[in-house]
Amino acid sequence: MNILSIQNLSKTYQSGNRKLTVLDDVNFDLAIGETISIVGPSGSGKTTLLGLCAGLDSASSGSVVLNGASLEKLSEDQRAAIRNQHVGFIFQNFQLLPTLTALENVMVPLELKKRKDARTKAMELLEKVGLGDRMTHYPTQLSGGEQQRVSIARAFANDPKILFADEPTGNLDTETGEMIERLIFDLNKEKGTTLVLVTHDTELAAKTQRIIHIKGGKIQEDNHA
Amino acid sequence: MPDFAWIPKMALRDFRKNISRLLLFVSSIVVGIAALVAISSFGDNLTGDIDNQAKELLGADLVLENNKPIGDQPIDSLATLTASEVNFASMVAFPQTGASRLTQVRALEGDFPFYGKLETIPESGDADFRSGGQKVLVEKVLMAQFDAQVGDKIKVGNLEFEIAGELQGVPGQTGITATVAPAVYIPMAYLEETGLVQYGSRVEYNRYFQFETNTDVEALIKPFEEEWEIDRVDADTVEDRKRSTGRSFENLSNFLSLVAFIALLLGCVGVASAVNVFVKEKLASVAVLRCLGVSSRDVLLIYLFEIVVMGLVGAIIGSILGTGLQFILPAVFAEFLPVEVSVRISWLSIGFGVITGLFVSILFALLPLLKVRKVSPMATLRPETADSTLFKDPMRWLVILGILVFIWGFSYYLLGQLDWAFGFTGFVVFAFGILWGVGQLIMWSVRKFLPITLRYTVRQSLANLYRPNNQTISLIATIGLGTAMISTLFFLQSQLLEEAKFADKEDQPNLLMFDIQSPQLDEVREKVLSRNLKIIQEVPIVTMQLNEINGIDKRENEELSEEENYSRWMYNREYRVTYRDTLIETEKIVEGELIPYGARGDSIFVSLSEGFGGDRMKIGDEIEFNVQGRPIKTYIGSFRDIKFNQISTNFIVLFPEGVLDQAPKFHVIITRTNNDRESAAIQSEVVREFPNISVVNLGAIVETLEDILNKISFVIQFMALFSIVTGILVLISSLIISKYQRMRESILLRTLGADSGTVSKINTLEYFFLGSLASLSGIILSFLATWLLSVFVFEMSFRPAWGAAFGLYAAITLLTIVLGWLNGRKIINQPPMEILRGNG
Ligand SMILES: Nc1ncnc2c1ncn2[C@@H]1O[C@H](COP(=O)(O)OP(=O)(O)OP(=O)(O)O)[C@@H](O)[C@H]1O
Ligand SMILES: [Mg+2]
Repeated sequence: MNILSIQNLSKTYQSGNRKLTVLDDVNFDLAIGETISIVGPSGSGKTTLLGLCAGLDSASSGSVVLNGASLEKLSEDQRAAIRNQHVGFIFQNFQLLPTLTALENVMVPLELKKRKDARTKAMELLEKVGLGDRMTHYPTQLSGGEQQRVSIARAFANDPKILFADEPTGNLDTETGEMIERLIFDLNKEKGTTLVLVTHDTELAAKTQRIIHIKGGKIQEDNHA
Repeated sequence: MPDFAWIPKMALRDFRKNISRLLLFVSSIVVGIAALVAISSFGDNLTGDIDNQAKELLGADLVLENNKPIGDQPIDSLATLTASEVNFASMVAFPQTGASRLTQVRALEGDFPFYGKLETIPESGDADFRSGGQKVLVEKVLMAQFDAQVGDKIKVGNLEFEIAGELQGVPGQTGITATVAPAVYIPMAYLEETGLVQYGSRVEYNRYFQFETNTDVEALIKPFEEEWEIDRVDADTVEDRKRSTGRSFENLSNFLSLVAFIALLLGCVGVASAVNVFVKEKLASVAVLRCLGVSSRDVLLIYLFEIVVMGLVGAIIGSILGTGLQFILPAVFAEFLPVEVSVRISWLSIGFGVITGLFVSILFALLPLLKVRKVSPMATLRPETADSTLFKDPMRWLVILGILVFIWGFSYYLLGQLDWAFGFTGFVVFAFGILWGVGQLIMWSVRKFLPITLRYTVRQSLANLYRPNNQTISLIATIGLGTAMISTLFFLQSQLLEEAKFADKEDQPNLLMFDIQSPQLDEVREKVLSRNLKIIQEVPIVTMQLNEINGIDKRENEELSEEENYSRWMYNREYRVTYRDTLIETEKIVEGELIPYGARGDSIFVSLSEGFGGDRMKIGDEIEFNVQGRPIKTYIGSFRDIKFNQISTNFIVLFPEGVLDQAPKFHVIITRTNNDRESAAIQSEVVREFPNISVVNLGAIVETLEDILNKISFVIQFMALFSIVTGILVLISSLIISKYQRMRESILLRTLGADSGTVSKINTLEYFFLGSLASLSGIILSFLATWLLSVFVFEMSFRPAWGAAFGLYAAITLLTIVLGWLNGRKIINQPPMEILRGNG
């Protein structure tokens, strides 16, 4: 069973009368529970690919089937519902909601799912990432590493089938980065989540089962460990 | 279905960190709402008071009015009380000083007013006046003007009276009436002896009636109405008076509400531009929410919920303020009110204010808020993609349409006429369009023609105006419109006064004597000439009435339908006519020609004022006049355009010479004196000798005009104040909103090596430019408005009031700089760390 299936995926941008092809005929499948990293030089199209896989953007051509649903056939709001049900995100710049406390940030996906136990579940998750004593703090009152831990807790809150992470350690020092990596892989193992990771960090990439090399919008290599 | 439990919860969470800023957003509508609620409450209370005090408005249950004595009436026997009044304009003189002035003399007999009373100082003045003897009551305006005291003498016609009291108030009469035509009450018993009621005097006879309480006056007078109609007697009941007073004050309060509404709209521009900044800051959060799976509609609803709550708070604060504000309104409008106005809380007005406030804040906030619907979740991965354009969003056009419909609907509700509502909506769009255009133009030219050779500080501060969150254009619109309103008023007022004073130039007449009887003419002429003054005009006047137009008399005219008949007042009025075969300076023939008597057989051709009788009257129409009982058949020979902008005698009907020579007549003499002292001297001499002659001099007219304009402009300035305060609130809120951005820039500049002097110079210059832009746009707009009004409405030449304009410009610019500084001081007190952490 594939959780994600990409076929002939292309993305072009029109700037003036010049056409810029950012992704060019990308194909790959992803099995449930698989961990994969996408690597490549800056500007090669990694973030673009991630956005398309997660249904944040729409492709110029080709198809993305996420958890059995063809994203290109759905409206933005329908894709939003799928994201809430099955997808988790971790961002390079954390992307916590600045007006919400750490706890409330984690509660959002749960509340969206109308879970009655949103608060207790969110508290459990924050305990798990080691922030049990910072729940009522606002993002500006937390360090970068702490913010990223909150965002991990939030990403796992809705028990996603697939987790997308765009350079999750890119803004952190090595030590903090390693702690974040451990958290992600531990939770991933525990919940059996599929993991899609975009990174420049070859050490981090080596920890995934599969590495896709991308260059100039095309897949160069697709290595299974 | 949106999740109605979760959305408010999210909104309230978001609130905690935004509440002070959101409060700023709605602060700009507070003043507008307060003004609306205050005016509306005031109007409500006024209506109630007019209802309650209706009898005091009239002073009686019924008033009959005619321009000849009202003989005994069959209705007399039904009345419990009657009273009579004869009133006319006449000079009165103060013998102590010799000063004199035209007043409204009212000869009174009986206990009028039956309801309410003549308020006097001392309080016993009224009783004293009625107790018999040669005593009068004199309006306080007059007492003040001539520095007269109770107990002084005053000369009315041939008689000298003692002033028994100073009149403070007359039922149903406003302060404005008292200014234009101050009254002197004399006892009816002495009317004859004053010698003032003679041929040619324009006299009004009133008869007042009081009936048993609970009498249905309307039904009671029904049987007599037809006869009164024939005798040209006008009957006025309490109900009639209530209706007409109510109507005119409804108009007034609706007009004031519109002015308040403009202040509210200005506030709305403030709301929209503040929410725009708010939305820009929220775009990142929106993208995250979209990523987490919140639908675009729900995201919109979260922020809308916040706006609704704040709109409600603003509307409620505004309504409370407005309810408080109405306590001072009776004082502001005192001069215009015929009744005592009470102050009560009007829940209806409060409800109206709250709903209006809520509605406008939603409508105007939606305009920028709709942006959040179009934020792509992709912005979480690539933040620069967040800001999307909106022009293609059909919802936005819907909201704009909604705003226009709202403005139109609101003005329709107040004005009650479709085309006026369209006119008002058009005006609002036009005014905002002009201001926006002027703002854009100035900013564009600054950018385009800014010399690079300017000093760095100047260039930097000008560049700051384009800062994305600066709200420069919306500030120009709000402050500009407030400035425009105040300055238009100001310019127009000084222009009108200038025009009036300007009339007092070389060779222009400045003194007018009328009601001169034929036997007095030679002597008066002699008096003028003996002072070496020129007689600029000497005009004979014959009074007459109109019998028939094209063979249709008054009674036949009554039978005709609305489309066919002539207006009733043409038959009812008295015509003061002169005769000559030439035009005077202020006249111009627009149709036909002046035809002297005898030029076409023995037909008499008259010339009418253009527009008289509407479009019903044409060249060649036959009009039969009644000159002292003698019918004279005439034809319309021409129409004249008459300018009313200088002292002159103007006539609706002009006869040719040789027809009215033998008719009883009186005369007007117009001359020019060299100064006020000369005017006063000749005036007192003529009045002393011929008390029936009325004298008006230009100086007195200008004074009265100035007085009235001051009273009106006080009210308008008071109303314009709302717009100014709103403008200031928008200014303050936009300064606070852009505070952190300014601070970051300042820190950056300092890091780059600018000393604090340079930084504060840049900031001050920026405020200077902002204030200048806003006030200049407003002043340009008001010059345009004044020009249009002077040329097309008042028909006078436009003279820009440069001095006043500069004063306004300086005041508003200075205010902006001061507010900017105050705001800047707060910035310095904030720890910079907060800024670095982005805790805006
Ligand atoms: N909206 C857009 N319009 C035009 N070009 C775009 C747009 N968004 C991205 N691109 C281009 O697409 C290419 C791929 O961008 P992308 O962000 O996917 O690269 P990346 O591999 O994630 O790079 P990095 O490692 O630096 O994050 C880049 O050349 C970028 O300039
Ligand atoms: Mg990238």
